[in-house]
Amino acid sequence: MNSIYEVYQALSMIERVLVFLVLAPFAGGLLAGVDRKLSARLQGRYGPPVRQPFFDVLKLFQKERILVNKFQNFNIVLFFLFTVFSGAIFFAGADILLAVFGLALAGTFFILAGFSVGSPYSHLGAEREVIQMVSYEPMVILMAVGMYQVTGSFKVADLVQHQAPLILYLPGIFAGFLYILTIKFRKSPFDLSMSHHAHQEIVRGITTEFSGPALALIEITHWYENVLLLGMVYLFFGFNPWIALAVSLATYLFEIFIDMNYARFKWQLTFASTWLFTAVAGISNIVVLSIMK
Amino acid sequence: MAWFKRSPWILHYNATSCNGCDTEVIVSLTPLYDLERFGIINTGNPKHADILAVTGSVNEKSVQVLKNLYDQMPNPKVIVAVGLCAISGCVFQDCYNVMGGVDKVLPVDVYVPGCAARPEAIIDGVIMACEILEKKYREQKKRRG
Repeated sequence: MNSIYEVYQALSMIERVLVFLVLAPFAGGLLAGVDRKLSARLQGRYGPPVRQPFFDVLKLFQKERILVNKFQNFNIVLFFLFTVFSGAIFFAGADILLAVFGLALAGTFFILAGFSVGSPYSHLGAEREVIQMVSYEPMVILMAVGMYQVTGSFKVADLVQHQAPLILYLPGIFAGFLYILTIKFRKSPFDLSMSHHAHQEIVRGITTEFSGPALALIEITHWYENVLLLGMVYLFFGFNPWIALAVSLATYLFEIFIDMNYARFKWQLTFASTWLFTAVAGISNIVVLSIMK
Repeated sequence: MAWFKRSPWILHYNATSCNGCDTEVIVSLTPLYDLERFGIINTGNPKHADILAVTGSVNEKSVQVLKNLYDQMPNPKVIVAVGLCAISGCVFQDCYNVMGGVDKVLPVDVYVPGCAARPEAIIDGVIMACEILEKKYREQKKRRG
């Protein structure tokens, strides 16, 4: 059962990073394909093939490169690099705080990309993305803090091999993390800034002015990000790899189910509900833990 | 490789339609016809689109918007004229404000007849447009060397 960890420990840090860099886009793209197929089935449609996201990205790389200004793609490349960086840090087994902050920096560059172009839709999307970030970021940091409280370490390699199941100590943190995961996956009801679904009131939000290869890069970044976030879900159940993998997958399916069942929230409700949930589930969990110790 | 055929994204613009053809375009996205099984997505954004589906005849006002949308689409791109009005102007062709079909102002690649065009015909037209998209991409690549 622990053969996964034996393989993992046998690899050096560089090798772990390389495995992540190569495998994550395939896993992420496949997950996106499953998402689209399952969403279609839930709506009573036949749906595109599971490989559809790969077709989309390969097509986008063949499209013409249109630039509104020269800073536009610079920000997108940094968004990509920092997301990959935090994923690499995470899967190499290094500091989870660094991964969390790297992800926040990547998000910041994505917002800057939205603001760097002239389209009002893009600006509106970027403003909404700021609100989303303010909503979810406390919970992400609380997750790292809660894990530190239980294990006494910020290193992912230590967290994942902690003998006691983290979920038993951090049920509130896990519930809160699940809540903000809907924002991170860009799923309804929190897909304010950009949506994968066809029609949105602000066209395509942040990605309105990005076409061709830049849009493909945004999509690939999103795949990396999804794999990283599911990796964080994995940590809660790290005591048993098979349960952890099953729960990670179940979380993704759960998010699709939520996506299909909710209409989009207003930003006020998104912000207030997320912070309220963070306070009730996340902070109370940490307070209880600190009293118990 | 032929990726355009696997994921053509549509931008739909209503030039001056009676909404008959518009409804049919939307109907082809519903569970009964489900355009998305071919990887076709109805984007609301010209910068993401490969195929411009135009319904209705072009008039003096909508021509600017139509040209603007077409110019914003990255190459390669294809125009599909959906319905009789988009093809020739139909019964409106003698109106003082109507310029006629879409091909009076932009190069149309596929004509989908019908008043209103049937969803089956629209899907057929879009699939045909995919082939033209591929051809345009190959030509474009050859020109650049």
